[in-house]
Amino acid sequence: MSALPLRKEGAGRVPRPAPGALTSPPHPAARVLAEHAAAHAARTRRQAPLYVRARAPAWLARIVAPLLGLLLFVGLWAIASRQGGRIPDPGTVWDAAVKIFSDPFYQKGPNDQGIGWNVLSSLKRVGIGFGLAAAVGIPLGFLLGRFRFLADMAAPVIALLRPVSPLAWLPIGLLLFRSANPAAIYVIFICSLWPMIINTAVGVRQVPQDYLNVARVLDLSEWKVFTRILFPAVLPYLITGVRLSIGIAWLVIVAAEMLTGGVGIGFWVWDEWNNLKVENIIIAIITIGIIGLLLEQALVLIARRFTYS
Amino acid sequence: MEKYLLIEKAGMTFETRKGGFVALAGIDLGMKKGEFVTLIGHSGCGKSTLLNLVAGLLRPTAGGIILAGREVAGPGPDRGVVFQNHSLLPWLSCFGNVHLAVERVFGGSEPRAKLGERTRAALALVGLTHAEQKLPHEISGGMKQRVGIARALAIEPKVLLMDEPFGALDALTRATLQDELMRIVAGTGATVLMVTHDVDEAVLLSDRVVMMTNGPAARIGEILEVDLPRPRARLTLASDPRFMALRARVIEFLHEKQAEAAPLRTAA
Repeated sequence: MSALPLRKEGAGRVPRPAPGALTSPPHPAARVLAEHAAAHAARTRRQAPLYVRARAPAWLARIVAPLLGLLLFVGLWAIASRQGGRIPDPGTVWDAAVKIFSDPFYQKGPNDQGIGWNVLSSLKRVGIGFGLAAAVGIPLGFLLGRFRFLADMAAPVIALLRPVSPLAWLPIGLLLFRSANPAAIYVIFICSLWPMIINTAVGVRQVPQDYLNVARVLDLSEWKVFTRILFPAVLPYLITGVRLSIGIAWLVIVAAEMLTGGVGIGFWVWDEWNNLKVENIIIAIITIGIIGLLLEQALVLIARRFTYS
Repeated sequence: MEKYLLIEKAGMTFETRKGGFVALAGIDLGMKKGEFVTLIGHSGCGKSTLLNLVAGLLRPTAGGIILAGREVAGPGPDRGVVFQNHSLLPWLSCFGNVHLAVERVFGGSEPRAKLGERTRAALALVGLTHAEQKLPHEISGGMKQRVGIARALAIEPKVLLMDEPFGALDALTRATLQDELMRIVAGTGATVLMVTHDVDEAVLLSDRVVMMTNGPAARIGEILEVDLPRPRARLTLASDPRFMALRARVIEFLHEKQAEAAPLRTAA
């Protein structure tokens, strides 16, 4: 008897016409995005008082650890290079890098260009493919998030195609476009598409009912609902989608260019392999890593700007 | 007596997987213009559901609701709603949150400058002029709820609907906001329907306290006229025998006639 009314409250809030429910689901994606920053901030806050009396200031400690890690990495690399003799040692690679980066924008024919041109043409492909994917994926994500029926329609197709390696799409791209460059862009488009569709759709579905109730109570126009409530609420999810997409696109472009040739960092890696210039391959790997890191960091910064709480 | 808000034989049945759940049945309630009515009852008795029916967020499955001569057919800006958890949009400043509502209601007929003026006036009414440009996460819970009240009042609604507006606040902040609400209501002559589970709050603020029975199929059990003179002062009322008698009536209804194991807040 006494437990009944409690259950009733639960029952009163679960049923279908329950937009009156006044709970606020958290923003998981926003939290994930802010995690990196928060972890940093928390660590600093906790450690700061400890380091007041220590000799080293907090910022120095933060720099020392990563530097130590890099040093250890280079040290292991140096030891490894002495064993077989096939992997060039850090010094050789450094000298080669200085030479390559002293003239990054030379052009000696279509297959022999500076690393700057190679990186730029890879970035251009990623930019175009990703831009097209955003133009298609984000609106599609909003539609799938807003209309259950469309989401159910798209679900089997997305579930089937999403786990496919992007490179499996390359022959289809070559068939459709009869040219390597658009085919590579097409592969980037396909692999960037899924994370953006899925994250946007999830974001739309996670918009707290409270915010939508505000819209309903004020009887806002569809346009106002979109610009003032839906879009800002989905933005953190959308940025997560963009971040994942760019990450995947940057991974995939290297592989795609190895297959398609032309100008690009991926092709350059393959070309240097054919020339047996292993030090240049290592330079390419580090360059690819740094650019990927910069892309990621730029998007984390953007995400932080649009995280509220 | 001219009824400004009329709830007639309203009933609400939710469709659940286990069949229909009757939340409310046969609710009849009339409110005069400028009247302050609170709905009180145990958790799950359907008081929020009743408020949502008036707000238009839910459609009654039986009966109807008439506000100022027109049937309530859905949500609309002629009713200002203050939500329990403030429901401010986190990406808009306090000004932006209130302005969104003002723009919706007066945007078609008034110039931009006038809209800004209305927004600032509403924030000034709740004493938040200094926090206009702050984002919701930068201000306290009490301040957020004030912005919620400002947003609801800025659109000059026919009736102000408040769903446990102070339920999530600490006792001191709650008392301050109750006093402010009394001042604002006295100044604007607003008609208010408020859900609460705080007995002192109900008696302090209301002209009438509507006590609801436990669900399912909750209905109005008793209606208590609170004829204490206004303005009411919290401190003098605390030792006023009439206040204590009214308070005792509500507690008696909730604890004896509608006894339930769920804990009930009775202390201010």
